[in-house]
Amino acid sequence: MNEAAPDVSRRLALGVLACAPAPDLADCVRALGELPRFTWLRQPETGLVMLRARIGGNGARFNLGEASVTRCTLRLADGSIGVGTVRGRNPRHAEHVAICDALLQHPEYAGRVQAQVIDVLVRAEQARHARRSVQVSASKVDFFTLVRGED
Amino acid sequence: MYVAVKGGERAIAQSVDLVARARRGDPAVPELSVEQIRQQMRLAVARVMTEGSLYDEDLAALAIKQAAGDLVEAIFLLRAYRTTLKRLGDSVPLDTANMRLERRISSAFKDLPGGQVLGPTYDYTQRLLDFALMADAAVTEDPAAEASAGPIVAPRVTDLLAGEGLLETSARAEGDPDPSDLTREPLQLPADRATRLQNLARGDEGYLLALGYSTQRGYGTTHPFAAEIRFGAVALELFIDELGFAVKIGEVDLTECQLITDFEGSAEAAPQFTRGYGLAFGHSERKAMAMALVDRALRAGEFGEDTDLPANNEEFVLAHSDNVEASGFVQHLKLPHYVDFQTNLELLRRLRAQWDASNAGATGDEEPAA
Repeated sequence: MNEAAPDVSRRLALGVLACAPAPDLADCVRALGELPRFTWLRQPETGLVMLRARIGGNGARFNLGEASVTRCTLRLADGSIGVGTVRGRNPRHAEHVAICDALLQHPEYAGRVQAQVIDVLVRAEQARHARRSVQVSASKVDFFTLVRGED
Repeated sequence: MYVAVKGGERAIAQSVDLVARARRGDPAVPELSVEQIRQQMRLAVARVMTEGSLYDEDLAALAIKQAAGDLVEAIFLLRAYRTTLKRLGDSVPLDTANMRLERRISSAFKDLPGGQVLGPTYDYTQRLLDFALMADAAVTEDPAAEASAGPIVAPRVTDLLAGEGLLETSARAEGDPDPSDLTREPLQLPADRATRLQNLARGDEGYLLALGYSTQRGYGTTHPFAAEIRFGAVALELFIDELGFAVKIGEVDLTECQLITDFEGSAEAAPQFTRGYGLAFGHSERKAMAMALVDRALRAGEFGEDTDLPANNEEFVLAHSDNVEASGFVQHLKLPHYVDFQTNLELLRRLRAQWDASNAGATGDEEPAA
């Protein structure tokens, strides 16, 4: 992940943070200990995002319906800016995403956040998906077409 | 004309208190938590999110609790809530081909790349009441996690078929224009397919089910196959201005239905399978299927089919699909109409007096009743 272009790794990290269960992320952030102070550029606010889909899955776009989304932006003392946008209405979740995003731009903290937050959450997500995948795969089915009597 | 009335404040306050008590039921029975509803009434939550047109499981569960399980009322609550929030943007189009599958079946193709995955379905249950659920049910143990097992992802069946040229492709207009938005602009007829799909996505499941059913029973010409039904989690991505790129901000569970119907061809178009599309929040298979049936029925004119049946009538179908509007207009009849009624009563009294006067002399000539 570290060799990737900065935008790509930032995008991946933000995705991991946003998809993590909020309590798990909160635990990881707490475990980081003392963190630098930050100022809000945008306090957490909840609004709506219109979910677009495509007709037939890949045709023209249409508006399916909205989802609640919470976003915030903050700045650390060294000038690193963190952006947090999450589906749902949990301001703490958005704040933790933004703090981790900012710390990942901060040379002093980036390594620790990667190891103690991102990597931990990625492993937890993989385990969650693997567990579910085993359950769901057990319901895979092979249907047989029966030979009819008249042949 | 409706003339407003005043008064009744105290009675209304008492009624609100009574509805709270009725909702709570016997205080000796533990109260339902919103989290319990979200977890254990997931199909009700999915319906309220879909027709409330707002993906938020917690709010949908809260609305169901507040409405004491009246789903149309819960949908109304969710629609009312969304008007208090500002629009932050439009998502990147959801990519259902990259869905992490919980269920994926095809009734048309037996052998699919990725296989048929039944997932959680009532389809093969015997519909016998399970009295074990009246007692505290035992929790099923999770199987041991295998770190090697990745998420189940498979291409859409309709994309696999498209190669042969026998399946209608999904056309995109030049420049992939923004779709019109019914939450911003009122419905204009004739509506394009994107607008119709937004209307149907918000539409009442029972209404769409009945219309879809009518096309199968003979009030329509479609005899579709379920090319694919899939349910699972799809990444939700949003373009972030500060960053200059789109990021994943979470996931949404979606149910997608692709119905295909054979079309014999015309002078302009070759014979091929045509498509109806359904997409809904959460696990909402009946809704997605009904939506796909009605989507295809509303395309009858495109294929030169008869358009005089109920499900083909765009104006009728789209104007009556919204259960918040429908419920509001039907239920407004409960509000005081005292002045209107008095007017009608006066008019009828006068007409009746005239009728009685003009028929007074004729009573003797009437035929005896059989």
